Amino acid sequence: MDAIILQILNGLDKGSAYALIALGLTLIFGTLGVVNFAHGALFMIGAFCAVTLSKIFSLSYEVIDESQTDFLGNPLKVQTPYVEAWFGPETGAALIDWSVPLAILFSIPIMITIGFIMERGLIKHFYKRPHADQILVTFGLAIVLQEIIKYYYGANPIPTPAPDVFRGSYDFSAMLGFEPNSVIYPVWRLIYFAFSALIIGAVFAFLQFTTFGMVVRAGMADRETVGLLGINIDKRFTIMFGIAAAVAGLAGVMYAPINAPNYHMGMDFLVLSFVVVVVGGMGSLPGAVAAGFLLGILESFASTTWATTTIPGINQIIIYLVAIIILLTRPRGLMGKKGVMEE
Amino acid sequence: MLGLHKKDFNLLLIVVVLAMLAPFILNPFPENSGLAQFNAGYPDLMQKFVIFGIFAIGFNILFGLTGYLSFGHAAFLGIGSYSCVWMFKLLGYSVVPGILLSIVTSGIFAWLIGIISLRRSGIYFSILTLAFAQMSFALCYSVLSNPKFNLTNGETGLQVYNNDPQYFRGEGSPNVPHFFGMEMNATHKMELGGWLFQFNTGYYLCAVIMVLAFYLSIRIFRSPFGMMLRAIKSNNTRMNYTGLNARPYTLAAFVISGMYAGLAGGLLSAVDPLAGAERMQWTASGEVVLMTILGGAGTLIGPVLGSGLIKYFENIFSKINDNVLHSWFSFMPDGIEDLMVTLIHPFVGKGWHLTLGVLFMLIVIFLPGGLVEGGQRIKRLISGKKAADETEDEATQSTPAE
Amino acid sequence: MGILEVKNVNKRFGGLQALGDVNLSVEENSVHAIIGPNGAGKSTLLNVLIGKLIPDTGSVSFDGQSVLGRKPYEICQMGISRVFQTPEIFGELSVLENMMIPIFAKRDGAFRMHAVENSSNEKAIIEQAEHVLESLNMADKRHFNSASMSRGDKRRLEIGMCLSQNPRLLLLDEPTAGMARADTNNTIDLLKQIKDERDITIAIIEHDMHVVFSLAERITVLAQGTPLVEDTPDNIKGHPKVREAYLGESA
Repeated sequence: MDAIILQILNGLDKGSAYALIALGLTLIFGTLGVVNFAHGALFMIGAFCAVTLSKIFSLSYEVIDESQTDFLGNPLKVQTPYVEAWFGPETGAALIDWSVPLAILFSIPIMITIGFIMERGLIKHFYKRPHADQILVTFGLAIVLQEIIKYYYGANPIPTPAPDVFRGSYDFSAMLGFEPNSVIYPVWRLIYFAFSALIIGAVFAFLQFTTFGMVVRAGMADRETVGLLGINIDKRFTIMFGIAAAVAGLAGVMYAPINAPNYHMGMDFLVLSFVVVVVGGMGSLPGAVAAGFLLGILESFASTTWATTTIPGINQIIIYLVAIIILLTRPRGLMGKKGVMEE
Repeated sequence: MLGLHKKDFNLLLIVVVLAMLAPFILNPFPENSGLAQFNAGYPDLMQKFVIFGIFAIGFNILFGLTGYLSFGHAAFLGIGSYSCVWMFKLLGYSVVPGILLSIVTSGIFAWLIGIISLRRSGIYFSILTLAFAQMSFALCYSVLSNPKFNLTNGETGLQVYNNDPQYFRGEGSPNVPHFFGMEMNATHKMELGGWLFQFNTGYYLCAVIMVLAFYLSIRIFRSPFGMMLRAIKSNNTRMNYTGLNARPYTLAAFVISGMYAGLAGGLLSAVDPLAGAERMQWTASGEVVLMTILGGAGTLIGPVLGSGLIKYFENIFSKINDNVLHSWFSFMPDGIEDLMVTLIHPFVGKGWHLTLGVLFMLIVIFLPGGLVEGGQRIKRLISGKKAADETEDEATQSTPAE
Repeated sequence: MGILEVKNVNKRFGGLQALGDVNLSVEENSVHAIIGPNGAGKSTLLNVLIGKLIPDTGSVSFDGQSVLGRKPYEICQMGISRVFQTPEIFGELSVLENMMIPIFAKRDGAFRMHAVENSSNEKAIIEQAEHVLESLNMADKRHFNSASMSRGDKRRLEIGMCLSQNPRLLLLDEPTAGMARADTNNTIDLLKQIKDERDITIAIIEHDMHVVFSLAERITVLAQGTPLVEDTPDNIKGHPKVREAYLGESA
């Protein structure tokens, strides 16, 4: 039992990331009808927002401290971050420590701007083109974005730690009534899950309870009719693209402490997120979220020693295997709507 | 000639001449000149040109004719590579059985994957093929390389060891891949003035096979079968209501293009007997898509042009560094020189992928027909022909046998 | 017993009764029109006839064989050809190639197309295709890019493609929708010519009364998913029920 709970917990963080990316992909596909291969790049850019902020906070100037000497006997050069000089050592240190959560605020305007530019500048011109062209141009864009990041940040992963208080793990065993040390789980991953749940909840609430969201949902169901009502649906869709970009970006920001960001992390997640979208059902938001968590957890179960000794390598292929089976038996995916790209 | 129309025959002739004279054509600059770095006439790169040409020609038979966008074609390339190296390990270093087996195994895999993937079309087909390829990659990279059952040798890559059986290895036959005794890596060098030309056995074998593959693709394009595939791409609804089950046709196209990919993979192993799983990764699948689109999907010569261009960029662009850039712009005032170098720097050297991405986007946005369409537009501009005449011209070309 | 028999067909979409107890019999070698106001269930009925929709109850049979649950290509092989509301042709192919495909399909059956061309076989097919084009007065357009033709010409080509397979039943879905008057008249003339020259059954679903009354030998009026009356054109014109259903529309 405790092992099962541990595996479910283990699947949550990856599942959260899949769910958030798949949610954005589905929003874009549902509203704009565009298959966005550059969505993984948005996730990656989000992670690099966290990297950037932590770098900005750590920008330092050098002071020579005459009172101390280094091991060669020269006066010691001390690096002092600007933030510590400006806000005092304590606040400064706290800012550096909390750079990842702070990057959430930092990333939202950036991601929305990038989303707007992408939609107005490029995607807009591809609404009427075939899906293959959309795939190809966004694929090209993804290459460009990741190469730009690689150019400025290098090819190596950049570790970006979570705030001190959230590092380490927490033993849930006592809380759940198991033997001590049977269910140990990193705190940050739990926060990641809670954060994802919050974002997903916010997106759904936004779509459900605001007039804006209502129009967008109507537009997803039948774009032409809504257009006939005299509502400028395109403008709203542009905003939806910005929101989807922000969702992917936030998923990336918070993922930075879990896996040190590198320039190709977006593509790694994108391939799986597409599988998630297809399994959930093209165009279904709840489907995308459910499938994201489901596949994340499934992957985690397949990675147990028991599973890998029974069927070697099952952890590597489980998601693809499930996707193939689902696509063949339930072409619409778990919760797909009838008639949405069924062929 | 050879069952081809005059125009196609001329095209084939051009390809034959280019392929045979490549060591000269690709080495236009003398060995000691500053431009020698732009020479592409060395065996390693020339082999890549023709091998990836085969890969792209095959991909084009699927994507260009039927419109099914496979994002997992590299799987067949990898399967071909592994098959060929296994033949080296078991039978000996003759490349013939290796290449044949690579075509057969990739064909079988393409058939199996095709049966399943082709039940869907559009984006679903793309994702299914992608899923299959990623699965194959994962299997080859780790699963199939455990000590008990080592089929792929994992990260190290499959290669030939001294204790491999090589049952049919003849006495005194070369200890490297060979074609009836001719070593694949043997290179005849010819110095002519300041130029150095290299003639490599491996290259010529691959080039001959490429020409054959190209010839077959012309025949397929111009055949009733090819016409049927274009009809499927053009309007699947009408196809269905014409009383034909389209699936056997698309499956045949998928298998043929998978076999082309396997052949390319086999040749990669034949010129360098090492097969690694990274050849199957989805980036490799993406590359062949890029090649085909860049050159012009659905055209005969497009994929060959596209693969050549991309491989050239990969090898030549990536060699340009800041020193080279400075030497180019040294005639400019210092400030401007530095500015130019800073501007161009991200696009060359390690950043050549950026150039590739930008180029690819520009092509998809402005020139969906690829370089071939670009060429036609330029031709039209120069000759100043009316567009109407031209369309009629093209319609006539696309009609088989008159 | 007609060549196409629809018996007690019902189809619901959620709460909407799209087809209610439809009975229809199309006589062999006749021209049968199905008319009705918007939302009468014409398209649903058509989709049932070609096997795309499976009705909740009832049966549809063609020449004694059920068509339900069959794939489109199987239905076509039974001898039913379909003309779409928007002409469905192979836009990227030339007119001649468009015409060759159905001939190939008919001749070579399932999967016997040569991957490498076989010129003697092909010559015969080209001849046959050109013959059909001539009968449509389209021989001079054979090298045109089919996507760039007028809608009337596309329709003409589509009908020709269907006829080249010698179908027993030709199903037309609003064949003149969105056409200029001249094109409409040309299409009517073409259909009349086909009717006179061939042993063929034509079922036509149409909104345009002009087309219906120039062609049809029998007319079924559909209203709210149920056949209202079935009669000859002359009787339909004066029928009170029809006038009622079409109130406000030009009958």
